[in-house]
Amino acid sequence: MEKPPILSIRNLTKNFGGLVAVDNVDLDIYPGEVLALLGDNGAGKSTLIKCVSGVHSHNSGSITFQGEEVRFSSPIDARNRGIETIYQDLALANNLDVASNVFLGREKEKKYLGGLVRSLDDEFMRDCSAEALKSLHVELPSLRSPIETLSGGQRQAVAIARAVYWDAGLMIMDEPTNNLGVPEQKKVLELINTLRERGVPVILISHNLPDVFAVADRLAVMHRGRKVTEKKISETNSEEVVQYMVGALDDTRETEMAG
Amino acid sequence: MGSSDKSASKGSGKSASQVLILSLMQVWAWVFLACLVLIFIVAVPIISGSSVSFLSVRNSQNILVAITPVLLLGLGQTFVIISGGIDLSVGWVMSFASVISALALRAAYDSGLPLWIAVLAGLITAIIGCGAIGLFNGVIIAKLKVPPFIVTLGTSFIVRGMALLMSENTTVIGLPSGVRDYGNESLMYYIRGEGGGMYFFTKPEVTVDLLRKMDRIITYPVLMTALVVAIAIYVLRRTKFGRYTYAIGGNQVAATRAGVPVESHIIKLYVLASVTAGIAGFLSMLRFTAGSAVIGDPLLLSSIAAVIIGGVSLFGGSGSIVGTVIGALIIAVLTTGLVMLNVPSFWQFIVVGAVVILAVLIDQTRDIIKAKIGTG
Repeated sequence: MEKPPILSIRNLTKNFGGLVAVDNVDLDIYPGEVLALLGDNGAGKSTLIKCVSGVHSHNSGSITFQGEEVRFSSPIDARNRGIETIYQDLALANNLDVASNVFLGREKEKKYLGGLVRSLDDEFMRDCSAEALKSLHVELPSLRSPIETLSGGQRQAVAIARAVYWDAGLMIMDEPTNNLGVPEQKKVLELINTLRERGVPVILISHNLPDVFAVADRLAVMHRGRKVTEKKISETNSEEVVQYMVGALDDTRETEMAG
Repeated sequence: MGSSDKSASKGSGKSASQVLILSLMQVWAWVFLACLVLIFIVAVPIISGSSVSFLSVRNSQNILVAITPVLLLGLGQTFVIISGGIDLSVGWVMSFASVISALALRAAYDSGLPLWIAVLAGLITAIIGCGAIGLFNGVIIAKLKVPPFIVTLGTSFIVRGMALLMSENTTVIGLPSGVRDYGNESLMYYIRGEGGGMYFFTKPEVTVDLLRKMDRIITYPVLMTALVVAIAIYVLRRTKFGRYTYAIGGNQVAATRAGVPVESHIIKLYVLASVTAGIAGFLSMLRFTAGSAVIGDPLLLSSIAAVIIGGVSLFGGSGSIVGTVIGALIIAVLTTGLVMLNVPSFWQFIVVGAVVILAVLIDQTRDIIKAKIGTG
């Protein structure tokens, strides 16, 4: 990759008391790339991601985003800088419609009497949401009905459209295909491909190896807080990845032994 | 996602009768209200004699005057319940407002200020005093994360004590007689029969005989309530404030993650609930020309009943102000109608209670049918 990385993590360590959850991890992600982050439960991938998305604050090391070293005080802080995290649930208000969700917390208002009287500009918000969905090739039955009438995959699409509309510089997706039916899973993977075409880098956290091999460009595997390998998808296979995930293989250990 | 095929199959899954039943259930409260009014229009002259009419000017105005306090308590409550909370203190807050606004009005008038300024002082005292109680509720609920049911239950006892203390356990009287006009005069007057007619804005000077045939149309408290209702409809439907209220009730975690200032919004909601209760207390003080520490409490449960009949979900996330208005109207029409049918007043409670349960049953059944059609 010739371009400089969008996100660059160096020597990142995060511990909770005596427990080292993330141990001296280096990771880069480049423009227009889908990077899969793999690991067993408790391997530290979630903690690592939470440091990037502003949920946790790291103890040492650095996070550089778009050329600037950052340390986020909250998820909202991270989001304002262009790092959008799409959670499995908890991301949308199911009783609100599509546009209300896309603009939640950042509503567009019309002002009257010099700002004294304000009302929501629902038309504008609906148009923009429709456009964002269209750019992702997503069709929804209705933009006006509450999100709860949509399927899981459609809701995922709304969350992604929200990130796209607000110009996310980096998208973090936590198990996006969990709890979805097979056709819906396929659609979410198509969405990730669309994001790559648009040049939005994606960090994909997943347990699902077929998904990862279908959509990712590179993968990084974590085990017990350390990054044990980082490979191009074309240079590995699922058997090998599983060996890394369970700790049977470990690139760092091999180099130590070689050195 | 290419869901056009899916929506097509959904569309064909709904039969015409299902759609009809669903839309009827959606607006059942309107239908129910209309049916009630029709029944009373027919039944009241039959039972109570042909000279009595349910929809007379006098009776319809009486209904409006009767619902203003219930409606005002219900307005703030609607916002709070949509956000997933509840405010049990509004009844005693209304009483408290009645007492402190009476005291402030009397003190202001006795110190030589003109009557209208004294009335205004009463209103401002009610709003500030009740706003402070709402702030107390909101801060403990939002910042200290104590469940709203507990906090407002506690506050209602505290406010009850404060209202009784400040009124010295008696009705606050000695208000200037002009206060009566603020609470009871109206925009329009209608005098039945010979020598009568419509009068606008000024009370007609008429004989005692005609005066008895005079009805007041849209009294000032009704007018002020209507104004507050209109503002509340606008705020809930058309503003960020309303949108955040629904978002918090729908998914508080999502709202927080999306950057909605959840804590400060919850505080504002409880302030709003207390202030509308304060306005209710102030208006009742004007209407009765006295402050009473026991005026509001009996109305608390009626106001919650109105909100629930109006379709607000106690789980939060859905409901509307118009629904609450309909709910309050249903209760008022029921109680007045039953009185006019000479039904003993105890029956009102039984009927209202049954309607509350019926309302929730209809809403639940509707949601189940909706879900079935949606997935089928």
